[in-house]
Amino acid sequence: MSEFFQQLVNGITWGSVYALIALGYTMVYGILRLINFAHGDVYMLGAFFGYFVARALGATQEPGLLGALLVLLAAMAGCGAVGFVIERFAYKPVRRSSRLAALITAIGVSLLLENGGILVFGADPKFFPQIIPSRNLSLGGGVTISNQQIIILSVSLVLMVGLRFIVLHTRVGKAMRAVSYNHTAAALMGISVDRIVTFTFVLGSVLAAAAGVLVGLQNPKIEPLMGIMPGLKAFVAAVLGGIGNIPGAVLGGLVMGITEVMVVGYLSPSYRDAIAFVLLIIILLVRPAGLLGKYSAEKV
Amino acid sequence: MKRIAWGPVAKLVAVVAVLYALNALLPRLLNPYILRVVMLCGISVILAVSLNLINGFTGQFSIGHAGFMAIGAYSSATFSLQAGANWVRALEAAGTPTGIAQGAVLLAGLLLGGTVAAIAGYLVGLPSLRLRGDYLAIVTLGFGEIIRVLITNIDAVGAARGLPGIPAWTNVFWVGLVVVGVTVFSFHLARSTHGRALFAIRDDEVAAEALGVPTTSYKVLAFIIGSFFAGVAGALFAHYNAYLHPNSFTFLKSIEIIAMVVLGGMGSISGAILAAVILTLLPEVLRFAQELRMVLYSLMLIVLMITRPQGLLGAKEISLRWFTRTRPARAAR
Repeated sequence: MSEFFQQLVNGITWGSVYALIALGYTMVYGILRLINFAHGDVYMLGAFFGYFVARALGATQEPGLLGALLVLLAAMAGCGAVGFVIERFAYKPVRRSSRLAALITAIGVSLLLENGGILVFGADPKFFPQIIPSRNLSLGGGVTISNQQIIILSVSLVLMVGLRFIVLHTRVGKAMRAVSYNHTAAALMGISVDRIVTFTFVLGSVLAAAAGVLVGLQNPKIEPLMGIMPGLKAFVAAVLGGIGNIPGAVLGGLVMGITEVMVVGYLSPSYRDAIAFVLLIIILLVRPAGLLGKYSAEKV
Repeated sequence: MKRIAWGPVAKLVAVVAVLYALNALLPRLLNPYILRVVMLCGISVILAVSLNLINGFTGQFSIGHAGFMAIGAYSSATFSLQAGANWVRALEAAGTPTGIAQGAVLLAGLLLGGTVAAIAGYLVGLPSLRLRGDYLAIVTLGFGEIIRVLITNIDAVGAARGLPGIPAWTNVFWVGLVVVGVTVFSFHLARSTHGRALFAIRDDEVAAEALGVPTTSYKVLAFIIGSFFAGVAGALFAHYNAYLHPNSFTFLKSIEIIAMVVLGGMGSISGAILAAVILTLLPEVLRFAQELRMVLYSLMLIVLMITRPQGLLGAKEISLRWFTRTRPARAAR
């Protein structure tokens, strides 16, 4: 039984990382109906920004919470800027075109970030500096949790609560919800749709950057193609919870993380990448709108 | 007594003769590298035109085409390794010329690969009964990934080590024949009742249903045909490369095929062919740029989509009339 709880702890930690990435997918989809394929690569950039900032700060010599926080914030700011640039120069020009054109553009951006990453950072994996030394804490009953896992969980929680506050209790959040409901009506109410879309992209990218740094804490190996699979799975997590639905993305991320860790622990690690999609297909066949999504009838 | 229509037969004979000549000439005229690029262009064209049937004609967004290709490739390769090679030997022993024996067995392999892929296409097409738009896209994406992971775990087909030693029977003739076949088929389909039904589903599914088009069976049909040809393309690829690896069939490969369809212009057959050739040539042409190659490729993809979001040809087809008349004639009223 203790093994099960241990896996559960690991699953929730891993799932909260998926949830952070999935939030970016779901927000952008909610507002633009665009599957932002480049999102996983923004997560990769977050890890790399964290890596360079940590080295520049010399955080490896004197690890500590303050340095780690600085690394996290710098990576988030960097990715926010990247998100802004991507939206402004790649997605905005195709926003009025067909959704497929936008999708191919997103794929182009994704390839650009991956190959640009290989060019700039090199294809060989880098090792994320240990900005916080690992320590294991016992939760009783043979279950342990590392301080890094605690940090991942608490930072994710803070970010999710922060996001919820922004979306539900601020003017810009209200505008986001309005735009996701109906672009034209929102524009008629005096909301600058362009600015809200940009803001959404930046917000999503910031969350992805945080996920990148948090993963760097636990799995220090980072490389330019590391974003593809987690990106794909986080997207699946967003769909699982009901795409466009913010609590759904968190739930989907957690379900995905726990299932994956359980499959690796109890079945076979080689099916790790397939289980996400099997889960997805089952859910879509049983509940096509996702766990928390509302099924809306098509208007004619 | 009904007269035999000689027209199509004559055309078929002409195509076979031309391809036979090309098959003899091209390997002599072109250096092996260029020949390889030409062959890969041909396989890309088959993939793009077949996906165009699903995405372009019927408007069903599928991002798992590499999965169908993988099924065709692996099933035909297994067939050739287990039985095909022996059949060729038996045929040769019976006095059949080597080329014909190999061609006949390859044809059987292509049909097998296509059929297995078509069955998979039927199974994937079924959820389209329930799912629309992006959700269908995600299911096909998931399907493609599941196929790849399964192959990586099946030891009989080499798992993650890859499958070596597949007889290299694919030549210019067979690739050319399938390219011509899938293209002619698409053009005929586009002008048939069934093609019109597919277009109607793409343009407005609800209206099509209201007009009595059985949308579900047509959507499944599009999946079956599209995946059949993807399977054939995979089989050709397997017998060309003589080696298969699950990593040739990642999500990225599906994306590449989608990019061809969208770049060519949704529903345009000649557009899909043009884009398939361009996107296959582009990485080769960009080889001079070395490390910058893939960066330039992705930049060009973005720029092309921004400047021509409707695709290179839009919904049009390349036609001889473009060259013979300066201005298109207005239809008489």
